Amino acid sequence: MRRETWVGIILVLGLLAVPLWALAVDEPYTITLATRVVILALAGVGLNVALGLGGLVSLGHAVFFGLGGYAMGILASHAQSYTPLAEWPILIEGSKSMPVIWLVACAVSGLVALAIGALSLRTSGVYFIMITLAFGQMFYFFSISWPAYGGEDGLSIYVRNEFPGLNTLDPIQFFGVCYVILCLALLLVSKLSRSSFGLALVAARQNAERVQAVGIEPYRLRLVAFVISGVITGLAGALFADLNRFVSPSMFTWQTSGEIMIFVILGGVGRVMGPVAGAIMFILLEHFLGGLSEYWHIYLGALLLGVVLFARGGLIGVLAGREVAHD
Amino acid sequence: MSLILLIEQVLNGLQFGVMLFLMSAGLTLIFGVMGLINLAHGSLYMIGAFAAAAVAGATGSFVLALAASLGAAAAAGAIIEVTVIRRLYDRDHLDQVLATFALILIFSEGTRWAFGSFPLFLDIPDYLSGPTTLPGGIQYPLYRLAIIVVGLAVAAGLFALIAWTRIGIQIRAGESDREMIGALGVNISRLYTLVFALGAGLAGLAGALIGAIQSVQVGMGEPVLILAFVVIVIGGIGSVKGALIGALLVGLTDTLGRFLLPVVFGAFMEPSAATSIGSALASMAIYILMASVLIARPRGLFGAA
Amino acid sequence: MTEALLEVREISKSFGAVLACADVSLDLRIGEIHALIGPNGAGKSTLIRQIAGNLKPDAGSIHLAGRDVTGWDTASRSRAGLCRTFQISSLAMEMTVLQNVVLGALGRRGDVFRFFHDPLKDTGLVEAGMHALERVGLRHVARDRTADLSHGQRRQLEVAVALTLSPKVFLMDEPMAGLGMEGSRTMTAVLDGLRAEAPILLVEHDMDAVFALADRISVLVYGEIIATGTGAEIRADPLVRSAYLGEEATV
Repeated sequence: MRRETWVGIILVLGLLAVPLWALAVDEPYTITLATRVVILALAGVGLNVALGLGGLVSLGHAVFFGLGGYAMGILASHAQSYTPLAEWPILIEGSKSMPVIWLVACAVSGLVALAIGALSLRTSGVYFIMITLAFGQMFYFFSISWPAYGGEDGLSIYVRNEFPGLNTLDPIQFFGVCYVILCLALLLVSKLSRSSFGLALVAARQNAERVQAVGIEPYRLRLVAFVISGVITGLAGALFADLNRFVSPSMFTWQTSGEIMIFVILGGVGRVMGPVAGAIMFILLEHFLGGLSEYWHIYLGALLLGVVLFARGGLIGVLAGREVAHD
Repeated sequence: MSLILLIEQVLNGLQFGVMLFLMSAGLTLIFGVMGLINLAHGSLYMIGAFAAAAVAGATGSFVLALAASLGAAAAAGAIIEVTVIRRLYDRDHLDQVLATFALILIFSEGTRWAFGSFPLFLDIPDYLSGPTTLPGGIQYPLYRLAIIVVGLAVAAGLFALIAWTRIGIQIRAGESDREMIGALGVNISRLYTLVFALGAGLAGLAGALIGAIQSVQVGMGEPVLILAFVVIVIGGIGSVKGALIGALLVGLTDTLGRFLLPVVFGAFMEPSAATSIGSALASMAIYILMASVLIARPRGLFGAA
Repeated sequence: MTEALLEVREISKSFGAVLACADVSLDLRIGEIHALIGPNGAGKSTLIRQIAGNLKPDAGSIHLAGRDVTGWDTASRSRAGLCRTFQISSLAMEMTVLQNVVLGALGRRGDVFRFFHDPLKDTGLVEAGMHALERVGLRHVARDRTADLSHGQRRQLEVAVALTLSPKVFLMDEPMAGLGMEGSRTMTAVLDGLRAEAPILLVEHDMDAVFALADRISVLVYGEIIATGTGAEIRADPLVRSAYLGEEATV
């Protein structure tokens, strides 16, 4: 097996071992921290499909993260207050069921990704970056000025949503749910990156002209990748909202987009396990640097600058060596 | 709805527009000449505002404050160009985004460390405060009028600079063919530093001018940065003329949208619902404008085909 | 009369005041290599770009196997059987050589939206790719990274990708560019064997190769085709001699 595979296995097992250890020594806060890592990693796995495989520098992934969060917030708040979401043309009730919420989060994120992608993929390069950033800001301002769901203050959900057969309020059980979803997403993306679609997508990133010359339209490949990417990040948003039992417009901010991108870059762009390594590193930095200084973002900035200028390939790159074309 | 109120809103839109132009002009020049996307442009705007507030606090002079904003932002721009930015010119856009995002983190937290988290206030000087009477008997804040005048003057100066000066010729040459200017014996790295500092100075000036209307605080630059991106996408990357037209379009659309949409919805809805729906939609107006321009002209109104 | 697979009918293209392509007509018949030659700036790449679908002609039409494809984009033309190779190698450089040809085979098969299907474990695709590599003599480097290939090998890979598409028509933009003597000879042999499969419209500067390979030659000067004929006819054509061969003609 290749070294990168080993690094990946160790990361995934380590991510499971830490909360189990925390459970044994009764440190629920550490379990919550690990859950945060898992959810942020999932958001990064989503972005990585667009950014790493497709080469689409989206600075607007907070849109999907936020939509997932609000899908959870809106459904759960209606269920919490026993008021239907809509009575006309059909009756739509709120829901406290995680699977239902996930489905809605994925569907909404996917549809919005389709719309944003269809528009912004008409352009490329810098235009694409600016446009995705701008659409992100649009959702942010909309969420602030739309008063029905808390506006600027956001929405609090008092009890965590339900998953059949589990007590989701127990930190380790909720961790388990998120962990399984992350593993499934990693498996999916790993399959995807080796699939026919993945081959064409990566080729389109490296040389769009070549892909056209063999009769494949890069626009459609990228649009599908953008939608898949949005769906995964949206699901992460729904889980994140459930972890905090709170959603607010801050999920839609451009800083959120930037941070998701940082996980992917710190970990190693385009590598399946990159976002996991990046999210672990980000939370560790936040935890330890944040404990050292109130102004820890300065150090984060300096680190990021260092990685970009001097250490291409990110953490996985350092651990697993240069990227090799897999065969 | 009175005509006077509408004219006042149009002026507000213009004021917002020229301020956006000061931001976008630098961004679009930097992209046009060096091919760089600079997310830290909003930090330069913030630095200008903080420098102005600090100097105004120490000396009491608004003119000195404005000069300080220009100088500080231009200097900060020159420093980051020499230390970081020039390593990014031949990198891909992703690296540029990340490195300049890292600069935002450093600048924002550095400013918070130096000045604290509380907003500073920059006062409008006495000779510019209060309303003035325009032809037709319209009362309008003198300071906002001054911003429009300063903004248009800077725009005119910038166009003159690009059209007639030696630097302008080099900028235009750099936009059309980067290798060419090297062959002409132009000192490219000096030109790049100069263009970057010029763009930074304009952003700093905008920050100071707006700082006197709003408050001066960490994080003030990024929302304006993103609006400037919308302006550039509409106007076409690299085009200063496009930046001017785009900035005025965005300024007017946003201001008039916020003013008119609640009124429009009020015609057939109860007032409170009309206000909330109207203002929510108004917050989306410029993005809808951007999307429409994109559908019609993916390279912006004045972008190269 | 043999059927023309590719037919360019009176296309024109101008950029501002510059007429880059003036009423150009040419055709490509089954089994032939038709070379397009002309001095630099004659409008060869403008013509190629219009045929491939990167550039829309101002007037005239382009027909592929009897169908009017004038309004089609590059990818659609490629699916209809027009296969182009590039003057400057256009390959996915970070991928392996095999991945590049498999991509071609995938494009040929047309089912790219499969999310759980590993194309490198698909014997059909891999065999098609390996077969194409075999024909250009690159089988031994199938697992290498494309960026590590020599310039000549990249030119060969470019042709191999074209082979995987089993096109109706080849459009080759200077396949010999930058090749040494040895490389040119190998490439000439490969192209010679190809014409039986599908006709080639060959844009080339290497005159030895052109006169060795071409069944017919068209000469493009200032956006206009001034002559079309066999190698011997073109050599003898006074117009060509004065316009293109320059001082050689004055002897």
